[in-house]
Amino acid sequence: MVRALMISALVGGVCGLLSCYMTLKGWALMGDAVSHAVLPGVVLAYALGLPFSLGAFVFGVGSVATIGFVKQKSRIKEDTVIGLVFTGFFALGLVLVSKTRSNIDLTQILFGNVLGISAADIQQTWMICFVVVALLLLFRRDLLLFCFDPTHARSIGINTGLLHYLLLSVLSLAAVAGLQTVGIILVVAMLVTPGATAYLLTDRFDRMTWLAIGSSVLSSLLGVYLSYWTDSSTAGCIVLVQTGLFLLAFLLAPRHGILCRPSS
Amino acid sequence: MTIRIAAEQLCVDYNGSVALYDASLTLPAGCICGMVGMNGAGKSTLFKALTGFVRPSRGRIRINGLKVAEAQREQAVAYVPQSEGIDCDFPVSVWDVVMMGRYGSMNLLRIPRQSDRLAVRNALERVELLDLRDRPLSALSGGQRKRAFLARAIAQRASVLLLDEPFNGVDVRTEKLMAELFLQLRSQSCSILISTHDLSHVREFCDVVVLINKTVLAYGETSEVFTPENLSQAFGGLPPDVLRGQTP
Repeated sequence: MVRALMISALVGGVCGLLSCYMTLKGWALMGDAVSHAVLPGVVLAYALGLPFSLGAFVFGVGSVATIGFVKQKSRIKEDTVIGLVFTGFFALGLVLVSKTRSNIDLTQILFGNVLGISAADIQQTWMICFVVVALLLLFRRDLLLFCFDPTHARSIGINTGLLHYLLLSVLSLAAVAGLQTVGIILVVAMLVTPGATAYLLTDRFDRMTWLAIGSSVLSSLLGVYLSYWTDSSTAGCIVLVQTGLFLLAFLLAPRHGILCRPSS
Repeated sequence: MTIRIAAEQLCVDYNGSVALYDASLTLPAGCICGMVGMNGAGKSTLFKALTGFVRPSRGRIRINGLKVAEAQREQAVAYVPQSEGIDCDFPVSVWDVVMMGRYGSMNLLRIPRQSDRLAVRNALERVELLDLRDRPLSALSGGQRKRAFLARAIAQRASVLLLDEPFNGVDVRTEKLMAELFLQLRSQSCSILISTHDLSHVREFCDVVVLINKTVLAYGETSEVFTPENLSQAFGGLPPDVLRGQTP
């Protein structure tokens, strides 16, 4: 229980930090895509005895590269390409799960199982979180500028292509970490909701980051606690609390909430 | 005389459709150039080529005698975006926006030094926004926002300024202030390329004008270029009475 609380809080905090960039960049759909597309990677890594974060990372970045390639080389619009590619990857993952003789528990990957997390997984999650936070802190200002005004970033000689792939790599890693706690299906909530909640509460990026991390950690702790005492789905509880916090902000946020907005 | 922008026989195409062909343009130091053309005539494409966002399929660009990427590393190019191209609800303050002009001269972590703060303060003073420096971008008017982005270009100390429709939806005060700033920058030997569809502004303070419609139709002193024939060519043959009020 304590272990589960700690790891969910950790993952929640890291995803919360990243979610600020996701919401500002408008990459919610991309987060959804990457989190689903890591499934075949996870399965293959299990089958080959590799750390599953490696497989997930390769397939996460691979899916995004595929999306970029198809979009560039065809006339199909981006949202269609995203929908098409990630479901393809996900379907491949489902088939692989049913074909590999191993003890992979599909429900566990899809819906997470933080209460039964193994020691090895905990170690991996710590490492992933460390890398993600380090990269996000190191490139904090560049990434912010990249989300805000890529043209300016480019015109002062910042390598925007690198930042694009950096953010995507970090997203893949965070998706893997989130997968542990809430599973593939709901990880996108971890990557979007805290950022959206915080965005309604402030007009300052620094404050937005802290609010996102705070609300995310709080949701994880409350969610795990609730699920333990009510014996219900952990992922469901965490995301429900997150959604609840969002609704509160949506209604009551000082300037941007619908009940407090000065009528114009 | 120093040449700021030299574009030679530029061709740009997107997936087979031609956006710009055989476009040549030379801008000396200390010169304000108006770029006039319809929507889709290739104004944005030229800007994108000059900021390295698209690679020309043919031709070459030199900025201060350097390749685009090198000139960008020297902080020579500043781009002032159209208001529509920017998410105005983005959680940044005026100060933050202008500080972004200094990023290219900072170290990897982008920690501002005293000189960066001075440059930002100075730029904000010049656009008369110092009092609003802590305001979030979303709390500014269209004209104030425009000035914030112009301050960013000033803080960057670029020698080439690219402005995308700077007079769209700005108040009279901003318009006057911007025109004064352009003249100041010109006297500091900056070169300014302004895309606009408002011909009256061009006549007011542009030294040269370039008419664009997929290529450079005409380029030269404003009075020489603004002939009814040229303008109707640039605007795809609009009836002359639409143009008459705008020609000299």
